[in-house]
Amino acid sequence: MDSKRTYPAKPDSVYFFGTCLVESAYPQAGMAAMRLLKEEGLRVVFPRQQTCCGQPAYNSGFAEEARQVARTQLAAFPRDYPVVVPSGSCAGMMRHHYPYLFAGRPEWEQTRRFAERVFEFTEFMRHVMGATFEDKGPPLRVTWHSSCHAMREMQVTEDSKALLRQLGRVELIELEREDECCGFGGTFAVKQPAISSAMVYDKTEDIRQTGAERVIAGDCGCLLNITGNLEHRHIPVRGQHIAEFIWERTHA
Amino acid sequence: MPETQPFDFKANIKKALADKQLGKNLKSAMDGLRVKRRAVFADTDELAALRAQGEAVKQRALSRLPELLTQLEAKCTANGIQVHWAETVEEANRTVLNIMQRHDATLMVKGKSMLSEEMGLNHFLEDQGQEVLETDLGEFIIQLAGEPPSHIIVPAVHKNKDQIARIFQEKIPDTPYTEDVDALNAIARKTLRQKFFSGQVGLSGVNFAVAETGTLCLVENEGNGRMCTTVPPVHIAVMGLEKVVEKLEEVPPLLRLLTGSATGQLITTYFNMITSPRRPGEKDGPLEVHLLILDNGRSAILDDPELRRSLQCIRCGTCLNHCPVYVRIGGHAYGFVYPGPIGEVITPQFEGLEKAGDLASASSLCQACGEVCPVKIPLPDLIRRMRREGVGQGEDGCVRGFGTKRHLLEVLAWKAWALVNRYPRLNAINNLVLSRVGNRMPRLGPLAAWTTGRTAPRFAPKSLHQLADEEGLPHA
Ligand code: SF4
Repeated sequence: MDSKRTYPAKPDSVYFFGTCLVESAYPQAGMAAMRLLKEEGLRVVFPRQQTCCGQPAYNSGFAEEARQVARTQLAAFPRDYPVVVPSGSCAGMMRHHYPYLFAGRPEWEQTRRFAERVFEFTEFMRHVMGATFEDKGPPLRVTWHSSCHAMREMQVTEDSKALLRQLGRVELIELEREDECCGFGGTFAVKQPAISSAMVYDKTEDIRQTGAERVIAGDCGCLLNITGNLEHRHIPVRGQHIAEFIWERTHA
Repeated sequence: MPETQPFDFKANIKKALADKQLGKNLKSAMDGLRVKRRAVFADTDELAALRAQGEAVKQRALSRLPELLTQLEAKCTANGIQVHWAETVEEANRTVLNIMQRHDATLMVKGKSMLSEEMGLNHFLEDQGQEVLETDLGEFIIQLAGEPPSHIIVPAVHKNKDQIARIFQEKIPDTPYTEDVDALNAIARKTLRQKFFSGQVGLSGVNFAVAETGTLCLVENEGNGRMCTTVPPVHIAVMGLEKVVEKLEEVPPLLRLLTGSATGQLITTYFNMITSPRRPGEKDGPLEVHLLILDNGRSAILDDPELRRSLQCIRCGTCLNHCPVYVRIGGHAYGFVYPGPIGEVITPQFEGLEKAGDLASASSLCQACGEVCPVKIPLPDLIRRMRREGVGQGEDGCVRGFGTKRHLLEVLAWKAWALVNRYPRLNAINNLVLSRVGNRMPRLGPLAAWTTGRTAPRFAPKSLHQLADEEGLPHA
């Protein structure tokens, strides 16, 4: 996690791993990401066998259950295409935690090689595809929320923001406490609801202070948490996944 | 630490979150400490190199611990320091008491030591009729207030100036109320000064113990540590057995990491290196120096290569300062001596999971702690490990109370989850159900917790799989 990774040349085909939250709650974000990848000239493969990266169980102490589910993903992405993931957290799970989860087991070598080809969506767009965007939308003020795993595990916060900054009429107003967790933490939000709520209140307060009309994020877990609290507090700021936002701005 | 009531984490958290003053005090103090740390480690490459060095020093020492401890004992003994070993806190406390009794001592002046908190030493000695005085300013304040430390470096960080002024006014005779910091310092100084000269025994912790020279290193800012270790005729140093390092030359990088991480200082005002009692012909220094080395569950941790890493800790406290949970609830809510991320990792190991396993739930695994730890302890991995040990899935179940946090409903829920996510067909059905009835689920259990501060999640009418099919995206 300490050194910057080196990126491969542009491939012909990529796999897309949608994540379980995009699957059921934010499918439009997943579709937008896949369409943006297609616009880069890629063949986007969406294996139907995919489910969840396994992180919820892994973080809750149920490693065996996480392993069982991880095996389904390992089997779902057999070719050596890059695996693009519209979430820093799920990408971090597959890239950094799969090898840990399978350490000392027969699948270790396989997971290590698999981890090598896992990319978070914005880092892939920036570093592998060198994507450029033309903003067609009206002037808009947005703020950006980075998930902790995008920031500290995948270290792709700058990639996400670099993509946003390409959008000429979008003004990016940064949060005052950008590096602070929104309080989602998967099962943390239900195991420690009081602390989690206190954290998300502070996050949405920070968002409100920016005066932005939208909060853009690269992780649907955070979005679920943040927009849930914004709505709860009747703060009229909309939350959106970065892929969906870029798609909207470039196809207005 | 002796507890008066059973540990109720939920209740503690609720109480802490309701205390708005506490929240304010913590936020401003932690913000300040973080800014100072960042400034002193502005060169990120240098920091990365230092952290790697610090980690290596501690790992090397831990891998040769028995040998280094033997060497330390031999060197100390040769230098005239009397070495004592204790496996449990009871033994450790008895040893300290025996030394005091041998000298007919009635007053101990103490420098700051988290290990002595772990021992519950103050309570123990007071129960035996001894007087114990904390001389670190923060410790002095909370001793007056009758509270345990809420932070391992800044023990009174939960109190602001006004609250301290009130404590001084109430607890120190003839003291007027003043919020003037210099005046408050002067009051503490005056009260403590007299006692330094009447205490027969001084106690201190140890930050690093050097095996090759038998040197005990003590880091502090107020000079009270130096007073405690030089003025009274007897000095007792207490250390956990993980504090030993091999060489003197390994201390500077650790010291730089410790002071930079703890308080954002390049160096503290005082750095004491204690190698012997007063030697013939010397005019000052204690006549006797004792070193007490405590195990209290540490050697059991050593055997497991992953858990062992929790013993790398140099108690800098920066994982607390960066923890979004600690910053909001403070140290007391954690219920045991060590709060914050490091507390979540070592307390269950020291106290057992049954008692302290819930601590591991107090993390969103945001990794802020792991990112800043000066000796690169993988705190998030270790927190996950405690969760695994709690539900009975540790690699080999070596933490006491293994599996005691296993609840049938939760186990069943994860089994069901795994089933649905192992078999794509089941997953498709599950997603279909979610899209149809997910938005009308009763607000029970997890959903009730979720909706305390948020609206319920909304499931999309069509899943990503369905949309991908409609768009004709290739399967392989
Ligand atoms: S775990 Fe690391 S950051 Fe926390 S107190 Fe110990 S050394 Fe410092």
